[in-house]
Formats: sequence, structure tokens, C-alpha cells
Amino acid sequence: MVLRRRLEGRWLQILTHLAALLPLARLGWDYGQNLFLVDPVREITTRTGKTALILLLLSLACTPIGTVLGFKEVRRVRRALGIYAFIYASLHGLTFVGLDYGFDLALIREAIFHQRYVLAGSAAFALLLPLAITSTRGWQKRLGKHWKRLHRLAYLAGVLAVVHFVWLVKDIREPLRYVAVLALLLAVRIPAIRRAVSHTRRRFRAQISRTRSSN
Amino acid sequence: MVKINPSEITPEHVYISRRKFMVGLGALVAGSLALSACGKQDPLPSPTPARANGTATLSPSANTDELGDKLTSYDAITNYNNYYEFSIRKEQVARLAQDFKTSPWAVQVGGLVHKPKTFDLDDLFKFTQEEQIYRLRCVEAWSMVIPWAGFPLAKLLQEVEPMAKARYVRFETLYDPEQMPGQKSGGYNWPYVEGLRLDEAMLDLTLLATGLYGKPLLPQNGAPVRLVVPWKYGFKSIKSVVKIDLVEEMPTSLWMAAAPREYGFYANVNPGVSHPRWSQATERRIGENKRRQTLKFNGYAEQVAHLYTGMDLKQWY
Repeated sequence: MVLRRRLEGRWLQILTHLAALLPLARLGWDYGQNLFLVDPVREITTRTGKTALILLLLSLACTPIGTVLGFKEVRRVRRALGIYAFIYASLHGLTFVGLDYGFDLALIREAIFHQRYVLAGSAAFALLLPLAITSTRGWQKRLGKHWKRLHRLAYLAGVLAVVHFVWLVKDIREPLRYVAVLALLLAVRIPAIRRAVSHTRRRFRAQISRTRSSN
Repeated sequence: MVKINPSEITPEHVYISRRKFMVGLGALVAGSLALSACGKQDPLPSPTPARANGTATLSPSANTDELGDKLTSYDAITNYNNYYEFSIRKEQVARLAQDFKTSPWAVQVGGLVHKPKTFDLDDLFKFTQEEQIYRLRCVEAWSMVIPWAGFPLAKLLQEVEPMAKARYVRFETLYDPEQMPGQKSGGYNWPYVEGLRLDEAMLDLTLLATGLYGKPLLPQNGAPVRLVVPWKYGFKSIKSVVKIDLVEEMPTSLWMAAAPREYGFYANVNPGVSHPRWSQATERRIGENKRRQTLKFNGYAEQVAHLYTGMDLKQWY
């Protein structure tokens, strides 16, 4: 009974963990099945990178979904989403440094400073690192009001990650979708827009309850 | 006929079907010889210097190119394709292109020529088909080694007799959105267009390819006939060609129109000239784990560097 009640309030958390681990499981499975026939390095790089970006954007979406749409439960999974984003970003970076460039420091240095998409990606990762470290409740308490300010850097990391994606491809149609999502997330952070959206939502709700009661 | 030994890297079904293809090729060659015996001659003597040693003389059974680099597997070559007319996802092109109709086919050759002519598949196979093992370096910094079958573009151009004022060659891919779903989406100025300077086009290294690994080209690789310009980035090697025009002005390629700052007309492989957004210093050879240094002109400097003497390759990227 106790377990059941505990699970009931946590379905979103459980779903988040499962969904976030799925791409990693698939990667391992596909690799085991020898599906990466042609260019395994590229396959691992793009999959981990894209998962990291999606998770990062989802973590950034939690607050707006909570305040604007009124679905407060999502705030409980924000931390997990952020940490998973960091884990995938680490795998992504490790693939780049180890599998792709064979830990050849001279080549890696050249890659970072001669290819601006690598620079943007590295910067995004560098921003995520302190955020991942200070994501615990202990650090949250220790940093007090600074914690929130520090963790706003996640938005900057999101911008850099999307820019990284736009800069590295030949055909920008796919990354443009991420640009649109990020723009939306940033837009709803603008106070005027946020107020307008939640105002409409409340009016909409009031209308629904009014029609209901009049029936 | 050329003797073919099954190599350790060639799967059995590939070399067996290659053997069949070579027999077919032999018949075609014999046919064209019979035709030329009836008085049909090449209209012009070749204006290009003799082919440099090494690249032309490799037997079809070679496992490597002239630098000792291993051939890329047939599976990789036929399942990893940049062919935006079908999909921007390399792994999906093969599936989306499988029903592409490559016969009948016509290549219309015209513009500034004395004898414009439309070549059908039979006409194209009348040219002696030879195997050429070339490195292919994609602008995205990956590469392959591919045993093509085909004939020098120069042979075809000699037949239509370019006029003296012709300076460039302009190529066009088929435009057929019904068959090529990628052409339905915007973003690019379809059909695909590419171009070469006439002297580049007349080099024996420049190939019109009709096959690879001893088999006819598959749609995902540009069937039935495509250009192969091994010292330039892969996007110059236009696929499924239907139109070749000799022109006076430098043609604007699809990529030049789409992103003029990023893709120039020349697009010579050059580790010293970065793409504006990424380095071209190294590449990943498909099938290998370690990155390798990119070679200037993709390792064909000896044959092609003289075409660009005095040119600033940073400016003419």
C-alpha cells in the first residue's frame, strides 16, 4: 500500500528516468547488434549530442510549463532532466575527444579553436559542468539566493548548444526546429509575454468552469 | 578480359556479380570496337596530357588505391550516401532511391559545341569502360576509397566538339520530384547543378562513372551515370546527370547559390583552407578508427596542381 502510494505521486519521475535512459540503452543495443555499419563514431556522436540537447531543452521547459500552463508537477523532474543532459553531453564530448580524435591533444586543440561549432559546444559543456556539480540540495542551500542566478546559466548553455548544432551542419533545417523551441522557451520568460499567456489561461479556465456550472 | 581474383575484402556475391558485369562489359566493348571498325572515329585527338602513372594502371582486383589505402566496403559505399534529392539522411538514401528509374536515360550534351548530341545508355556504354580506384573526400570531412567503372569525360566531350569560346562545363541532375522526394522540399534551387572549368573537365582523371565494384551503379550512388572528380570535394561529383552544357561563363552550382560564402566553384580538397565553419585538416576514413591528415588535392596534386598555378586557393575556394 505504502509503495503504491509512493509510486502514485512519482509516475512522472519514473517516466523521466526511463525515457532519459532509453537512448543510452538503444545505443548499446544497436552497437551490440552491429547496426553502426558505416560510421559508428558519427552515429554515437550525433545520438548522444541530440539526446543531450533535447534533455537540456526539456529541463529548460519545466519552469515555463509550470508557471504558464499551470502543470506544476514537471518542476520535480527538472533536476533529473538537467543531470541527464549533462551525462549525455559528457558522453558526447568523450566520444569527440576519445573515439574521434583519439586523445590527440594537438588535433583536439586545433579542432576547438579552428571550428567555431566545437568552440560553442565546448563552451556549453563548460557551463553545464558547475551546474551539474551544484545541482544537489546541499549546494542549493549553501548558495542560497545565488543558486538560482547561477542556474540561469542553463539558458546560456541551451543557446550555445543550439548554435553549436546550427553551425556544424550543412543543411540547417533540422537544427532550426531546435532554434524555434528555444526561442519559444526564451520568449515565455519575458515578463509581458508570461503575464499575457497565464492571463489567457486563467480566463480560459474561468470560462470553462462557468459553462460547466451553467449547464 | 581482365583476370579477377576474389579478394579478402570483397564478399563473394560481389565478385561473382562483378564477374558477370565484366563479361557484359566485354561484350559492350567488343560491340563498340565493331562499330568503330565501320569507320566511326574520335573526331578530335586528345588534347590532354597522357595520364599520370599509377592511377590508371591498377587492375580491377586491387585491394587498395595507388597510395596503399584499402578499398571501402561495398556495403558502406552503397548505404552511406549524400544525395539530398532523396534524403538529407545518409542512411536513408538507399531505401528511398531503390525504385528510381535509371532506364531509359538520356544525357543531353549541348551548348557551345559543334555537334550537340543526346546520349542514351547504349551510347554511354560504347565508351570503353575502365576501372578507376579513387579516393572520395566529402566536404563534411569523411572519406572513402571507391573502385569506379566508367570512362573519361573528355572522351564524351571530344565527340561533341567544344567550340573555341567554351570555357566551362555545366552539369545538371534529373529534376523529377515524383521520384526524388527531396526535390519537393524548399531550401534548394533544384535541379542540382555543378560545373568544371573546361581544362579540369578534359583531364583524364575526370570520370563519368557507370559502375562501382564491377557492378552497375545503384541509384543511391548516382545511377545510371555520374561525374567523379576525385581531387575536389564530393559535392562536385554530380549524380544522375541528364544535361551537360559547354558554356562561356562560370556556372553557379546549387551549393554556390545556397551558401556562396561556404561553397565556391573550385572546391578543391585542401587541408590548408578551412570551410568557414569547420576545419578540413583531417578526415575520418569510413571503416577506420583513427583520423587521418587530409592530402592537398586529395592526393592527386601531381596530376592537377598545374591547373591552378598562380591562383590563390584561399580566394578561389
